[in-house]
Amino acid sequence: MAKRIDVSGLSAYYGSAKAIEDISMTVEPRSVTAFIGPSGCGKSTFLRTLNRMHEVIPNAHVEGKVMLDDENLYASGVDPVAVRRTVGMVFQRPNPFPTMSIYDNVAAGLKLNGMRRKGDLDTLVEKSLKGANLWNEVKDRLNKPGAGLSGGQQQRLCIARAIAVEPQVLLMDEPCSALDPISTLAIEDLIGELKERFTIVIVTHNMQQAARVSDRTAFFNLAAVGQPGRLIEIDETERIFSNPSVQATEDYISGRFG
Amino acid sequence: MEISRSAPTQAKAVVPPESGPPNLRQTPVEPPAPQNKGKVRLGDRLFSGASRGSGILLLVIMAAIAAFLTYRAVGAIADDHGNFLTTKEWNANATPPVFGIAVLATGTVISAVIAMVIAVPIAVGVALFISHYAPRKLAQPLAYLVDLLAAVPSIVYGLWGALFLVPHLQGTTQWLDSFFAWTYVFDASQPEVTPRSLFTVGILLAIMILPIVTNVSREVFLQVPRMHEEAALALGATRWEVIRISVLPFGRSGVISASMLGLGRALGETMAVATVLSPSAILSLHILDPGGGTIAQNIASGFGEASPFGRDALIASGLVLFVITLVVNGAARLIIARRKEYSGANA
Ligand SMILES: Nc1ncnc2c1ncn2[C@@H]1O[C@H](COP(=O)(O)OP(=O)(O)OP(=O)(O)O)[C@@H](O)[C@H]1O
Ligand SMILES: [Mg+2]
Repeated sequence: MAKRIDVSGLSAYYGSAKAIEDISMTVEPRSVTAFIGPSGCGKSTFLRTLNRMHEVIPNAHVEGKVMLDDENLYASGVDPVAVRRTVGMVFQRPNPFPTMSIYDNVAAGLKLNGMRRKGDLDTLVEKSLKGANLWNEVKDRLNKPGAGLSGGQQQRLCIARAIAVEPQVLLMDEPCSALDPISTLAIEDLIGELKERFTIVIVTHNMQQAARVSDRTAFFNLAAVGQPGRLIEIDETERIFSNPSVQATEDYISGRFG
Repeated sequence: MEISRSAPTQAKAVVPPESGPPNLRQTPVEPPAPQNKGKVRLGDRLFSGASRGSGILLLVIMAAIAAFLTYRAVGAIADDHGNFLTTKEWNANATPPVFGIAVLATGTVISAVIAMVIAVPIAVGVALFISHYAPRKLAQPLAYLVDLLAAVPSIVYGLWGALFLVPHLQGTTQWLDSFFAWTYVFDASQPEVTPRSLFTVGILLAIMILPIVTNVSREVFLQVPRMHEEAALALGATRWEVIRISVLPFGRSGVISASMLGLGRALGETMAVATVLSPSAILSLHILDPGGGTIAQNIASGFGEASPFGRDALIASGLVLFVITLVVNGAARLIIARRKEYSGANA
């Protein structure tokens, strides 16, 4: 259950303001691709175009093509709701449903997909929580509210919720930025395990994290404030961090700007 | 959740070992702020004095009103020659006075229930439409319109009810009677009579409380944090599923509060009910039959020509209305509090 993403000529707008311009890249299946770049260069915007979450913002729209294997997500007639069921997302701030128990949080996506049988739900909830390395911590309080967990646990709950529906791709927007180092490590380990099954894209401001978890790294930048963000280069992570082909990438990674 | 709940208990548990007078224990906590001490303290003291003073004043005024009303009411009830709770008719000006709130209290509750059953679902629907479905160009004027409706004086609704609603509900009444008479409540004994009934009153009240319930609900729905809605969207929820998963659970307690505001208005509505209803002392659950009454309507129509004793009796009925309101509000608060740990508040 992992698909290749092939983006070509993609631009995204907020109203009439262009936030990212002409991005083309390929994301390999069963691998982790990291997005790095200075704040405001459009990493989140780009990530959200990959599961058609960009367009839920009023007046926002997208131009270009995103191919998931051989299906264009932006072809007319494609239902964005169906896209979001195949391309899961984890947000920067943990956002479990506050009115739901831990169990119901994980089961939410499954129920949306029409799964009703208690036995099936139980199995998949357990599997997903185990997959998110959270099972041991919560197995005795599945009926307690999800909002009662610690931040790191909540983020892993959100990951469990996202992987429960077995998406093809998992998008993560700075999933560790609100977490302590230990929870961060837990989630990085988890990402390492999840890439066996999913295509993973992760936005991060943490260079070490990008180096640790990703196979490939994409560097985004903007020419000047007010200009749209662009993809500068994408390559093997090792290469980006040792010998990038563009000077700006090296400057950014070594902390000379941004 | 658990931490915040156990924190106060722990704080209390610490008290016995120290066992000093409370002000002694607080001394070390006082932050040393030598420079601007005088300035800040004066402002603080003025403000806390003013707020405490007005708080106390308010309580005193309320207590005085309550004491006065209770005194008059108890006197009236003591001289009642019928049973105040079970007597159906209201003859407080007669000698000997015989009056009770059986019909009035029932009618108050019935008409308010009808109003709520009709108004709350519609209000929630309209609020959701304005907050989550309507395009912005439509949502703004719509919200404004609903605001305007909330400001229409109740006598206007009353006149409209009497002149327009009552004659136009005749057909509905007959239709309900011919198809739903088996439900007992919709069994009309004289379907051909003009429907100046509790049912009509309930519908009028529903229309009257619709704007306020809609507006408050809409405000609540707009408060739902973006990230909760996006959580549902990212799972592949349709617009309706987002509402079901994120918006409604988050807005639940707010909608209950909004409904309580509406209910308060429905319970206490005087002029509109008095204009529409033809009151009688018949206690009946056939809501399509003309007759019955509500406490507020009875006060409105009886206060003018009431004897001094009759006024005291009306005050007694007003206290009953107050108790009803209090009970309903308490129940709503219980509902809100029961699942508090699941509310959006601690997200
Ligand atoms: N909802 C929005 N409405 C209008 N403009 C937006 C919106 N969200 C982002 N933008 C703009 O789009 C540009 C890219 O923002 P984006 O959030 O994608 O950056 P980012 O690379 O994720 O930054 P960060 O690293 O700080 O998260 C910025 O100029 C931002 O101001
Ligand atoms: Mg971002």
